[in-house]
Amino acid sequence: MRKLFFGLIAAGVMVAGSAHADAIADRKATMKGVGGAMGTLVRMVRGQADFDAQAALAAFTTMNNATTGFVDLFPEGTETGGKTTVSAKVWEDRAGFEAAVNKFAGDTAAAVAAAPADLDALKAAFGPVAGNCNACHEVYRIPQQ
Amino acid sequence: MMRRLATLVGILGLAAAVFLWVLSGPNPLPDEELAAMGDGDAARGETVFWAGGCGSCHAAKGAKGDDKLTLGGRHPLVTPFGTFYAPNISPHTEHGIGAWTRDQFANAMARGLAPDGSHYYPAFPYTSYACMELADIADLWAFLGTLEPVDTVNLDHDLPLIFSIRRGLGLWKWLFLSDQPVVAIDEADAQLVRGRYLVEGPAHCGECHTPRNLIGGVDQSRWLAGGPAPEGEGFIPNITPHETGIGSWTADDIAFSLESGFTPEFDSFGASMVSVQDNMARLPAGDREAIAAYLKHVRPVATRKPVEPGQ
Ligand code: HEC
Ligand code: HEC
Ligand code: HEC
Repeated sequence: MRKLFFGLIAAGVMVAGSAHADAIADRKATMKGVGGAMGTLVRMVRGQADFDAQAALAAFTTMNNATTGFVDLFPEGTETGGKTTVSAKVWEDRAGFEAAVNKFAGDTAAAVAAAPADLDALKAAFGPVAGNCNACHEVYRIPQQ
Repeated sequence: MMRRLATLVGILGLAAAVFLWVLSGPNPLPDEELAAMGDGDAARGETVFWAGGCGSCHAAKGAKGDDKLTLGGRHPLVTPFGTFYAPNISPHTEHGIGAWTRDQFANAMARGLAPDGSHYYPAFPYTSYACMELADIADLWAFLGTLEPVDTVNLDHDLPLIFSIRRGLGLWKWLFLSDQPVVAIDEADAQLVRGRYLVEGPAHCGECHTPRNLIGGVDQSRWLAGGPAPEGEGFIPNITPHETGIGSWTADDIAFSLESGFTPEFDSFGASMVSVQDNMARLPAGDREAIAAYLKHVRPVATRKPVEPGQ
């Protein structure tokens, strides 16, 4: 009986632990996808790649999708570990963090709705989206090496 | 015999005390250098202002864009030595530095000296500004005079007692304050000379990106190799061309990151680098390219991260 009890607790701890590790890995993977989408857009904006309306729309869509459920990837207990670069401010100022995610969701939704059809339209849609990245990273991330 | 020995020890002790007292005294700029400084040009001074990042500390925390020109101070800098509050450096005659002379300003920037001859803490990165040309300091002074006076009153720093004695900083400066360049370069290469000037001088990249010793002096043997953040939290990355640094970045990658805030992996800068990048974006493109050329030129050094328990 006692063994079973401790076994259950141990299993519970392990499940909780791996759920936490998953949350960290998931949010990092989500952001990596956002970074990749950013790369597609930057190359077009800088003239290193030809303008491609479909690819641009896909990139904005990737970013917008990233915001769905994003805040749920920051449960209590994932402040450290798993090479996270998150700052404790995500938990200290949850409302501020959620507002930053919502702003990113709104700005990317506007870019998706705009569906830029040429390079100038892309540049116009790009600026407001790009400003979200460092505004959030300035406050809610801590550099680690 | 004993009496003589005691006298000798006493004399030596006194001599040492006098010596330390003299060493810890103020060492202002020579009069002839101040006289040759020139009148300063406010338009050129604006570039010096963005290169120097004054707004990243002297404007309100998190200030963006032109709010960085409101230099009312009170911005807290949390360091291992205590919390410093950047003072008001707006041209307000009572609460800012509007009543200062240009010479007093030059001594603050290049020698870390207050108008009354006392020492500033190196939380004010005069350790880098000491490499600046006095003509640039004169231009900066002219530009600062064009900004809006702000009437906020300075906050006292929040420091443990042992760090609250400014005289002791004289000894620290004797050890660590130098106007000599860190990295040897081909002095005929104008781009490298400009890059070195910006990085080691006004842009003070080494203040954050170089590890420090126990008493807060920059460890020049590990120049730009990264280290624990001197202010705030975390570990500041290595920006030497080592594989543990930014060896894989091209000069164009570096210049673009300073312009846009994006790394070659399209991660965006975070933490204190956001404000620095925002300043760098205001410089002429040639200055960012010069910084990039210099960063490709410095000696590659491997990152040495302090081992943290449980990691
Ligand atoms: C609302 C906040 C927020 C916004 C907006 C945001 N990020 Fe992030 N980003 C984060 C956080 C938090 C992390 C750290 C996650 C971790 O390490 O646990 C992160 C991490 C990253 C990473 C590193 C992923 C990894 O491999 O560890 C990249 C790349 C990235 N973001 C790119 C971007 C780009 C590009 C944008 C803008 C298009 C952006 N982010 C916008 C919060 C944000
Ligand atoms: C990293 C933050 C930081 C940056 C960047 C910085 N300062 Fe400061 N500065 C400080 C701090 C902190 C002090 C207070 C030092 C002290 O009390 O010993 C200070 C003090 C000063 C003073 C003395 C003010 C007084 O009332 O005695 C002047 C003048 C000054 N800074 C000018 C500048 C200028 C001009 C720039 C840009 C070229 C600049 N600072 C950039 C942090 C900074
Ligand atoms: C106030 C402190 C500070 C100063 C001054 C500073 N940096 Fe940084 N720098 C940082 C921090 C913090 C990061 C990490 C940012 C992050 O995690 O996104 C960083 C990151 C970088 C990176 C990216 C490195 C990487 O591996 O991703 C480069 C390049 C860089 N800085 C260059 C410079 C240059 C050039 C200067 C001088 C013009 C400079 N920095 C001045 C704090 C500073």
